[in-house]
Parts: sequence; structure tokens; C-alpha cells
Amino acid sequence: MRTIRFIIEKEFKQIFRNKMMLPIIFVLPIVQLVTLSYTATFEIKNVSLGVIDMDQSNSSRELIHKFSASPFFDIMAQDFDLKKLEFQMKQGDLEQIIYINNGFEEQLASASSVHSKAGEGPQVQIITDAINGSAANLMSYYASAIMMDFNKNILLQTQPMLASGLGISTPYQFWFNAELDYKKYMVPGILVLLVTMIGTFLSGTNIVREKELGTIEQLNVTPIKRHQFIIGKLMPFWIISMFVLVLGMLLAHFVFKIHIVGSVGLVFAVASIYLLAILGLGLFISTITNTQQQAMFIAWFFMVIFIILSGLFTPEESMPDWAQLINVFNPITYFIRFMRQLMLKGSGLMDVWRDVLSIGIYAISILLLATMRYRKTS
Amino acid sequence: MGNHFAGHRRLFYGTNAQDMKTVVTVKNLVKKFGNFVANDNLNFEVYGGEIFGFLGANGAGKTTTIKILCGLSVPTSGEITVAGFDVYKQREEIKKNIGYMSQKFSLYDDLTIQENIRFYGGIYGLSNEAIKAKTSQYMETLDLYDYAKSRVLDLPLGIKQKLAFSVAVMHEPQIVFLDEPTSGVDPITRRQFWDMINAEAEKGTTVFVTTHYMDEAEYCHRISIMVDGRIDALDSPDELKQQFEVDSIEEVFIQLARTATRA
Amino acid sequence: MKEFIIKEFKQIFRDYRTMTILFGIPIAQVLLFGFALTMDLKNVHFAVLDLAKDEHSRKIIDKMDASDYFIFDRYLSSFDEIETVFKEGIVKEVIVFEPNFSQILTKENSAQLQIIADASDPNVANILVNYTQAIITNYQQNLFADNPLGKMVRPEPMFKYNPALKSVYMFVPGIITVILLLVSAMMTSISIAREKELGTMEVLLVSPIKPIQIIVGKVIPYMVLSFLNFVIILLLSFLVFDMPSSGNMPLLLAETFLYIFMSLALGIFISTVSSSQQTAMMLSMFALLLPTILLSGFIFPIKNMPDILIWISHIMPSKWFIIIIKGIMLKGAGLMDVWFETLIILAQTIFFIILSIKKFKIRLT
Repeated sequence: MRTIRFIIEKEFKQIFRNKMMLPIIFVLPIVQLVTLSYTATFEIKNVSLGVIDMDQSNSSRELIHKFSASPFFDIMAQDFDLKKLEFQMKQGDLEQIIYINNGFEEQLASASSVHSKAGEGPQVQIITDAINGSAANLMSYYASAIMMDFNKNILLQTQPMLASGLGISTPYQFWFNAELDYKKYMVPGILVLLVTMIGTFLSGTNIVREKELGTIEQLNVTPIKRHQFIIGKLMPFWIISMFVLVLGMLLAHFVFKIHIVGSVGLVFAVASIYLLAILGLGLFISTITNTQQQAMFIAWFFMVIFIILSGLFTPEESMPDWAQLINVFNPITYFIRFMRQLMLKGSGLMDVWRDVLSIGIYAISILLLATMRYRKTS
Repeated sequence: MGNHFAGHRRLFYGTNAQDMKTVVTVKNLVKKFGNFVANDNLNFEVYGGEIFGFLGANGAGKTTTIKILCGLSVPTSGEITVAGFDVYKQREEIKKNIGYMSQKFSLYDDLTIQENIRFYGGIYGLSNEAIKAKTSQYMETLDLYDYAKSRVLDLPLGIKQKLAFSVAVMHEPQIVFLDEPTSGVDPITRRQFWDMINAEAEKGTTVFVTTHYMDEAEYCHRISIMVDGRIDALDSPDELKQQFEVDSIEEVFIQLARTATRA
Repeated sequence: MKEFIIKEFKQIFRDYRTMTILFGIPIAQVLLFGFALTMDLKNVHFAVLDLAKDEHSRKIIDKMDASDYFIFDRYLSSFDEIETVFKEGIVKEVIVFEPNFSQILTKENSAQLQIIADASDPNVANILVNYTQAIITNYQQNLFADNPLGKMVRPEPMFKYNPALKSVYMFVPGIITVILLLVSAMMTSISIAREKELGTMEVLLVSPIKPIQIIVGKVIPYMVLSFLNFVIILLLSFLVFDMPSSGNMPLLLAETFLYIFMSLALGIFISTVSSSQQTAMMLSMFALLLPTILLSGFIFPIKNMPDILIWISHIMPSKWFIIIIKGIMLKGAGLMDVWFETLIILAQTIFFIILSIKKFKIRLT
């Protein structure tokens, strides 16, 4: 025990002595948490819309008015020249173009008249910049929905009988986050990420740094035991990561008003195991590399993959099977899922035991691996 | 290998006959890295309390041997004991009884002198009082007061080396291994450094030291000279000079080194 | 000078682990993300509280289950179970049929189907509700073939630049941008910091080589490496992801060259402010990784962010390069379309170089 204390003390001294690292460890994550949590929104509003109205009729103006009244759309340009608007789309100034052709009002009248069976309604073209496919899909859906609503209004005027019951109504409710506040979803995830990166990078370069500078040899001729060494190396980073996590949770509580719905005790219990897992991963990387550069690249490689596949940005279910298979070995996935479940929904241990168990198994295996890989002899 | 020295037991320390026990035994030590034979069938013994000089050109295999004796590296074959413990099975026991100062400077650059002493003292299980006592002793004897607050990084090389030696013997080991402790140090500091080594040896600590300064070899009780992974000479400096009929160890060394085939 | 560059090349290529990492990582990442990153929702589990259990409710459930988006998970027996099932975390949506659903629908032409979504992920919840509504609308239109609603104004969607709505079109330019920036900045900053830490920088500084030559010597090998990397990634995106390759290639290569140069300059700048490899790494990875991903428009559209973040995003080189690369690769843009973005990156490059030289000089005196 005493030996471990001396290692911990030494590590802390070294960390706190590096004036450049302190802000990186403690200030940077907080700044990133506060700012970046605002970036993560898929919400579609203020779509910049270009309108071409070749008909110039009351009906077409009414339809355009429906678009300008909607919070989803901002009409940025009106013109008669499609080429010109398409050029603006290429430049990135317009996201969507609505094209109303000649004869819009006429066709509409014939289609909505009570007697007519022959009349086909007018087509309205919705051209969407689709580089972001899923956003384009939603934008297109919103534009169609506005037209459907327009249709319904006309129908109510011309054929009130038919329009009275329009089939199945689909009211909806959003649970756990009724205002669809994206920050509530992103803050726990980004916090997990930041803590994970600090932990892995710090522990990942630690032992290999001693290798590179030659001090590891001096340690290896001492009677220090493997587990003492690993624990002594682990604890300082565990404490630092935990500190950053608590700081982040406090920010989430006071700045973002995200109040942990589930058990706070459970959150911290699982967080402490999770930190062991990722620090163990870092130490493991440190034991299999010879230079800090290698360790950093490997840590970076795993981090980027783990982050992108973790389900932080894009839904996990949508990933192909093999990606989900990789995720079995991705501790971040388990922990982000756990944190979101507990912080937002108040799930209990019975709901998330699989994730908790996985994190536990992960921590034990990686620590065993790291301890076994650390050799005092070459 | 000349048979004229192998296995000789010789008085080296005048009166202290009871210290004649063997603390390091090396029989048929071989260490290979792939096809490269770094240590080619070494045989020698080191006796308690002596200063044993381990000489050889760069690349002769000295550091490899030291690392094996310190338990940092496992030999390919041979029977080796250090402080009575086996280097295959009892490496951790060995480590409790030895001190080591590596070729690469190995104190923490970003810690102060006192922090380094405290850390290594703690690792070796010294009590807080002992650590305090050692700290003030070193501050005093090495005259470190001017550097009390500065990081090791900012110390002159000579002081760093003396400090590293002090740290290596802080836990009062039976044997201390010094790998090129004085390389790059000015002559006055080298002299002071050897005073420290002698003082340590007089306390009964066995000193195992590698060097390529031949004048330093004269300070040793016995020296061995390694060429191409073999030990080609082993005796007291005076005996060696007689055997080779020369005036200095340097000339002994040059004669032996001519036979080297490794770069 | 030549010898110095050769030494750098040798050091890089000799270390096979680093080489594997330098080439293997970007390739692996591009492949991984190209295939795995997608916004399209698939196979989302939904549960049903069916208080009707009649013809239409069953048909609607079947229709949902048959779509790519949804997988029927289970029937619930009470409202209380909804919360339980959400807390388990697998089921993301519950639909509730009112009692006598079919009867009300056929007689009164107005029945109610309640959609309840787990909005802890607001984006998924929003999309799920839209998908469900679209499926129901479609069901109705088939049901009432003469429903007049669909026969009046008929929206005709057309998707430009990406008619198949592939996610890779969105992500490949982003991945290229992020990887080039991070790898280049990281490699140079760490490599220079390493020489400082191991003390070899001092040896170089006392040699007759000028500081600027040291920097150039450091940068050229990484420039070559990064460029090779880019070519490989580009080939992958054509061959594996079927990205259109009709854009202006010379322009694309020239722009990439500029961008890599900017990233290397950024790396040099980072190395001048950091004293150890660890610091250089933390700055170039930790400080750059998330902002580069989040503030560049790689995943999240910038224009919906708060004003201050939009403002910050303007100083992110990655934001401008993503616009350029999307423009050239997907929209067939020419220099006339992207000259502004190009100028910004050029200005940033010069900025970092001047800053580094200043820092470097201060350190020497």
C-alpha cells in the first residue's frame, strides 16, 4: 500500500508540474462541453427556400404564403429563372426550390370541383439539395406536408362533407424530452467522450513515456510489484477523470438543467468501473508500444473509431451488422447508452444490467491484460 | 579464454578476509538476441565488498550482462546467482538487494531533488524518518542547497550523476551496479564520484562498475575486460599489467581490443 | 538540406509501426465510416398497445413491420408498460390504437392512432414520428383509393446531387477533411515536439541548418505522406463508395494540396507552443478532434447552431474545405464557385506560418 502511495504522489506531482497540461486537462473539456453541446442538432428549421411561381395566381400565392408562414422555411429568393436559383443552390445559398408551373390555379380548380372526376391536380416540383440525404428527406417531407395541409383547407371549403373526417388522425407525444431539446441528449454523450479521451490519452502515453526517457529501467530494478505499479499508475488518472466527470455533471445540472432522473449513486458506481476500463485500455496501449508517438497514434485510432461508432452522433441501430459487432468491444457505446438511459429516462439497474455487466467484464479483462503485458524484464 | 586467470581467488582487500564471500556467481552465461551472441559463455565471480571493474569497448556486451545481473533481462543459458538468488526464479528477491544506476540518466527530470529522493526511498520501503534523514544527508554531503528548489532538469550533469548514485544506494543494497556512471563528466567531478564509490565500498557495499576510462580501472580491486562478448582478462590491475608486461591498463586494453572483430 | 529531408524520410519509413498507422488508420477509418455512418434509420423496434385488436390495427402493424424502418417488438397490455419498455431502451416508439379502431374508421371516417416516441434521442424520435405518419398516410391512400387529398396539389420531390439519398455523399467529404487535418497536424507537431523532448532539436539548432530549413525538412515528408493518403482515400471513395468522379480533378488536387499545407502549418504552430510530445498530442488531438468534427458541418448543419458557434465555425479550416470538396466532387463546382473558401484557407495557412516563425524566433533568443 505504501509503495502505491509513493507512485501516486509522484504521478500527481508530475502532472501538476506541467503547466501546459493543466488547462488542457481541466479547462478544455469544460469549454468543449459547454460550447459543443450546442452544435449537435439535426433540427430542421429555417430551410432556405427559393420559389418560382410561373402561375402568379391567387392560389399559387396562397400556397407560397403557407410556406413563408411556416417556421421550417425561409423564402430567400423568388424568381422566374430556374437556372439562376439552381446556381444559387450550387453555391450553397439555397437548400430547396419550389417550382409552381403555369396553369396551377386552373388545374387545381378542376381537380377540386365536386363534379369532376377527370381533373388531375397540378404538380409542384420540390427540388432539394440532397448531399445530406437524411436532412433532404425530411425537408422534402415537410414541404409535401405543407401542400397536403393546403389541400385539406381547400377541401374544407369546397367539399366540407368529405373533409370532415379525414381518416386516421395521428397525434404524437414525445416522452422524456418533450421539447426535443438536443442538448439533453448530447451533453451526457459528449461528457462521456471528453472524459474517455482524457483518460485514454493520459494513461496511454504514461508508461511509454517512462520507457522513452529511460526512467522505467530504474523502476524495474526496484522490488516494486506489478500490481502496485499498475495501481499506482492508474489511480491518479482515475481521480482526475472522475473529477472532470463530476465537474461536467455539475455543469449539466446547473447550466443545461439536465437533472439526473435515475439513481445518482448508480451513475457514479458504474462511472468508476468504466473509468477503470478505459484507463486500463490506455495502459495496455502503453505496454505494447515503444514510443509515445506510436502510443498516441494507436490511442487516436481506437478513439476515433470508438467515438464514431458509439452512437453518439448517428443511431447505433442503423449501423451495419459488422459495425455493431465492433461495438461489442467498444466500451464507449455501453457507457453512453447507460448514461443516457439513467440521466434522461431514470432507468434502473434492472433495465441496464447488460451494459453494466459488459463494462465490468471489459474493465477486468483489460486490466488483467495490461498487468500481464507489463514486464519488468525485456 | 585464457586459463591463467579463470577461477582465481585472490586477496584484494588486505585485511578483510571475512568479506571474501561470493556475492555474484556467473557460470557459462550466454545471452543471444536472435543470431547475435551478446554474451558468449561468461564465467566470473564478484566478492563481497570489492570494487569490480567491468571493462570493454562499446558494444562488447557489458550492458547486456549488467541487465541480466539486475534482473532486467533473462539470460539464454548459464547459472547465475546475485546476492545468493537465482536470476531465473528469484529476480524480485535480487531487486531488494541491489542498487542500479543506468547508462541513461534515470531520475525524473520534472521533479526536484527532494522529490526524487522521496519517491525512490518510498519505493524501496524506507520509512519516512529514514527518507528525511537521507534527504538531509545528501543535501549536506553533495552540497545541494543551491538547487533545493530546482528541478533535476536544471542541474549540472556532474551533480545529476552524483545524485543518481546516491539514490541508487539509498536503500543500502548489498551490491550496486553502475553502468558507465562517469561518462561525459569533468575530471574533478569524476574524482569526487570515485571518492563516493570508495566510501560506499568501505561500508561493505559491493560495487560493480562499467567504464571506458582506463584510469578509473586502476581504482578497482579487480577488473575484467570484455571483447566481443567474451571475458578475455580478469584480475587485479597490477597482476594484469604484469601479465601483459605493460605499464598501464590502457595498454592491456588496447592489446586485447585489437583482437576484436565486432565494430 | 537534402540530407536532412532524407533523414526525415528514413526515420519515418524505418518505423514500420508508425507507417502502418499512418496509412492503415486513414484507410480503415474511411472504410469504417463510409459504411457505418448513416443517418437513415433502420430496424427500429416499436411496441404496440392495441386496444382494438381488429382488422385495420393488425394491418397497420404488419405494414409497419414490413417497412425497412421498423421491427415489431411486442404487444403491450397497459399504458403503464409504455414507460417500462422505454426504460429498457430497446423499443423507441409505441403506437396506441383506440378501442374499436376499425369500426370507428369505417363508420365515421376518423379514428385515432396515438404515437408515443422515446425522445431521449430527439432526432430519432422526430424522424420516427414522421416515418410513422408517412406509413399511415400511405395506408389510408390505399384504403380510400378515391381520397381527393392526394389528387389536388401533387408534390413531386426531386433530389439534386444525390438522388439516391446516400449517406456516404455527406460523410466521405467530411471524413477526408477531418482525417487530413488531424493526421497532418498531429504528425508534424508530435515529430517536432519529439526532437525537442529527446534533445535532438538542440543538435539541429546548433548545426549550420537554418530554422526555416529544419521546418521545411520536417514538413516535406509529411506533405508527401498526406498527399498519398488523400489519393488513396479518393480512390476508395470512387471505387468503393461510388462517389461521382466527374468534378474538376486538377482543382480538387490543388485545393487538397493547399489544405494539407495549412494542416501542416497548424501542426508546426502547435509544436512551437508545446514543450512535450504529450502536450503536442493533447493539443492536436484532444483540442482539435471534436471541434473539427462538430463545427465543420461534417455531421451537424452549421446554420442551426447558436450565433456564437456559427461565428467560431468560421475560423475552422475544416468547415471551408468541406464546402470546397463537396462543391467540386458533388456539385461540379469550379474555381469560380469556391474562390472565397480557397482564399480563406490560404490566409489561414499564411497566418499559422507567420505565427510559428515568430514563436520560433522568440524561443531562440
